[in-house]
Formats: sequence, C-alpha cells, structure tokens
Amino acid sequence: MDQQNSTSAELPKAEPSIFKGFKQFFIDVYDVFRFIFRFFKEVFAPPYEFRELIKQCWEVGVRSLLLITVTGFIVGLIFTKQSRPSLLQFGATSWIPSLVSIAIMRALAPLVTALISAGRVGSSIGAELGSMRVTEQIDAMEVSGTHPFKYLVCMRTLATTIAIPLLSVYNGLIAMLGGYLNVYVNEGTSFTTYVQQFFQPLGYIDFFSSLAKATIFGFTIGIVGSYKGWNSSSGTAGVGKAANSAVVTAMFLVFIEEVIIVQITGWFR
Amino acid sequence: MGKQHHAIDYNEKVISIKGLTKSFGSYHVLRGIDLDLFKNENLVVLGRSGTGKSVLIKIISGLLRADVGQVSVLGNEVVGISTRDLQELRRRIGFSFQNSALYDSMTVRKNLEFPLVRNQKNLKRKEIDSMVERVLEAVGLKQTINQMPAELSGGQRKRIGIARTLILRPEIMLYDEPTAGLDPITSMEINNLINSVQERFNTSSIIITHDLTCAKAVGDRVAMLLDGQFQRQGAFEEVFDTDDVRVKQFYDYNFTD
Repeated sequence: MDQQNSTSAELPKAEPSIFKGFKQFFIDVYDVFRFIFRFFKEVFAPPYEFRELIKQCWEVGVRSLLLITVTGFIVGLIFTKQSRPSLLQFGATSWIPSLVSIAIMRALAPLVTALISAGRVGSSIGAELGSMRVTEQIDAMEVSGTHPFKYLVCMRTLATTIAIPLLSVYNGLIAMLGGYLNVYVNEGTSFTTYVQQFFQPLGYIDFFSSLAKATIFGFTIGIVGSYKGWNSSSGTAGVGKAANSAVVTAMFLVFIEEVIIVQITGWFR
Repeated sequence: MGKQHHAIDYNEKVISIKGLTKSFGSYHVLRGIDLDLFKNENLVVLGRSGTGKSVLIKIISGLLRADVGQVSVLGNEVVGISTRDLQELRRRIGFSFQNSALYDSMTVRKNLEFPLVRNQKNLKRKEIDSMVERVLEAVGLKQTINQMPAELSGGQRKRIGIARTLILRPEIMLYDEPTAGLDPITSMEINNLINSVQERFNTSSIIITHDLTCAKAVGDRVAMLLDGQFQRQGAFEEVFDTDDVRVKQFYDYNFTD
C-alpha cells in the first residue's frame, strides 16, 4: 500500500486529454485573434506597399479570371437547365430569369467564387508563406529590419479582400450569360428581355449583401491562408499541411459565414 | 592555415552576454552562458549539432527570446527590448543563414535591394545600383545580378546571402554554419570571404560552425559549447590542448577522416 502511494506521488499528474484538447483549442483561438488584431494594427500604418498590393491583386484577380469565367458560365447554365423541369410543370418557365438571378446574385456567385478562390488562392498563400517560413526567408526579412508581416500577410489579405468581391460580381454576370444560353435555346428570348427579367427582382440589398459577403469571404481566405503559412511547422510536410489546412479551414468558415450572413440579411428584407 | 590577426579592440565589447538560459519545454539548451564579443573580432562558436549554437545567435538577433539572462548588443539590452528599438538594432546586425534564405521569387538584384529600400528611404536609383554592385563585387559575384536564386550553386547562394546582409553596412555579422554542405574548395572561399568582410567592412562576427577547418581559418578566438555551457574559450590551439575527452573526440572526428 505504501509502495503504491509513493509511486503515485512520484508520477506527474496527467492532464485528461479532453481538457488538453479544450486548452489547445482556446490557445489556437487566442492565436488567431492576435493574428487578426496584428493585421488591423499594421495594415493602416506606414510604410504602404502599394506596388506589392497591386501585384497581389493581379495574382488573385486577373490570374483567376479564366477559372471564374468557366465555372460561372457552367453554374449559370446548369442551374437554369435543372430548374426548368420543375417550373415547366406549372407552366412558369418565364420565371426562370428571375429565379436564376436571385439564386446567383444572392448566394451562388459569392459562394462559388469564394470556394474556387479558397482552393486556388488560399492554398497558394498557405504554401508560399509556409515555404518561406521553413526556408527561413521570413526570419531573414525580420533580421534585416524590414516588415515581413506587413509585406507578406497584410498585402495578401488586403488583395483577397479587394479582388474576391470583384471576381464575385464578374462571376455573377458570367453565370447570367450561362443561364441565357439555356433560355435562348429553349424559348428564343431576346438578350435585352432576358437581362431586364434577370435584374428586375433584385434590390439594392441583394447587391450590397452579395458584395459584403464576398468581401468577408475574401478577408477570410486571405487571413486563413496567411495564418496557416505564417505558422507553418518545419519541413516539407509542414508546407503541405499549411496549404491543405488553409483550404479546408477557409472553406469551412465560408460556409459558416454564409449561414450567418443569410440570417442577418433576412432581417432587413 | 590559421588566420592573420586583425586589429581587435579589446576595450570595446559589442556583444556582452551574462547568465543566458534558454529551454524548449523540458530540454535545456543553454544553461547560464557568459560570452563577450570585442570590436573587430571574429569569434567562432563550436559545438555538436543540437547544442544550441544557432539558438544563441537567434537570441542575439531577437528572433528568439531568452528565458533568463542579459544580452547586450551594441549597448542595447535585447531581452525586453521594444519592437521599434529591435528594428533599429537589427539594421546594425547582419545574419547569414545556414541555407542562405534567399527570397526565391526575386532575382539577386531584388534580393539585395529588398532590405536596402525598406531601411533607407529616398535613395535614388543610381545610389541603389551602385550599392548593389559594390556588395556583389565584394563577394565576387557581379555577373549573377539578374539570376534567380534557383540558378545559383550552394557556394554562390551563401555569398549572395552574405552580400544581402552587407548592403546595410552592419557592425556585427552572425554566420550560421557558413560552410555547411559545401565542398572543401568552396568552403575555403567562404572562409576567405568571412575574413575579407572583417577587414573590409570592419565587422565583429560570431561564426557558428562544427567545421574545425573553418574555425581555424576565420577565428580570432574559439568558444566550445558543450552541455549548454562554454567549456573552453581561447585561441584555436589552446581550446584543443586539453584532456577533456569530449573536446578531443570533436577534434579527432574532424581531422582524422
């Protein structure tokens, strides 16, 4: 009995894994908020890296155009095609442009753009910063008295926050064309009539909420990619993990934000 | 093989470390070390892998925080220094990384310009070009100015890494394993470059290495880090003139291949 007591006294108290998990979760949340706070603190302070911002906007925006064009067109075309049979049952095919416009402008355009950007841009930011972290390039910037956080994190996050709403608007317009192709083939509706019917059910709140949503998605993709890359663990595996985790986390957060924003904008309608 | 001794000012300490301790979890890397670096001196820190040599220079440059102890660099206490003061101090310290840490998305020219234009505002294009050319000439790689880091050899990358730190005219140079992964001839060229930097730019340097040929060629003084403390300090021959088995073993493995 004595021996048993002395053994248990010598052993360090093991923390139950559930508490350990909770503790780590709160530490991670604290780290993320600190990272976001640092972003807001540094993004408005000089020096302003306009050239780098333009370069990153080009990377995020212009280099995504082809992908956004193709996916936008397909989304518009497929959504219209799939909606047709249901509306046909009620003889309401003339409502197709309105239905497509509401679905695309309110939800699909920002969501599809965000998901594509999370895959293309978020992973690229995570991998690039992760690789710079493990090869000590970020440390090299730190020790030379430059501002790597501002140059690398702030500019990339700002670029996604600016470029993704613009891409979302573009995606919506291309999806409208995709929908028109189906409508034209089936009903022979003129383009002017289709555009009128497309924009008729949309109000200012739809445009603003869509833009606000895409801006929030853009910020999320940029900050998550940067956070994962900036805090990448060492080795090539760490870089892969950072890129992968940037995509998964950003996509998950985009869906959560979508639900919250839809709820909030619903109160204003 | 030993180096020609440079005019060292033993009255002026550029780095002074007292009781420096650093642990990672339960692993105690540095256990209360004391160290001084004098003006214009090349100090070599020797030790096996994982003994905390790189940790030491990362603490000096503010990349890592010390747990306990005082680290004074050019009259500034690094432990607890404000971010702004640390930024200022870092401009006076050059750090040459083990893997060179060149920015791989930029050409050699952009790599050299990057710290320069961010630290010295209002420089004219002509001034920037002449400073870039001067440091490239100092490391003997003027012809690589428009190349990407991926197109350079290991030795060239090390030289460009050193050139990038020299462009800010640092007073202190910290070299992390400058000859690691290089062939003997390229290693010798890097050793010569370290000595030429000391002479030409009047720098005081800490050179982290486990390469005794490098230590002998560049060190005015050698300090041997064992078990988280400096066990031996002095001239190269003095340090290895001992019966300490660990020190002798280190010497034998380097010179009896």
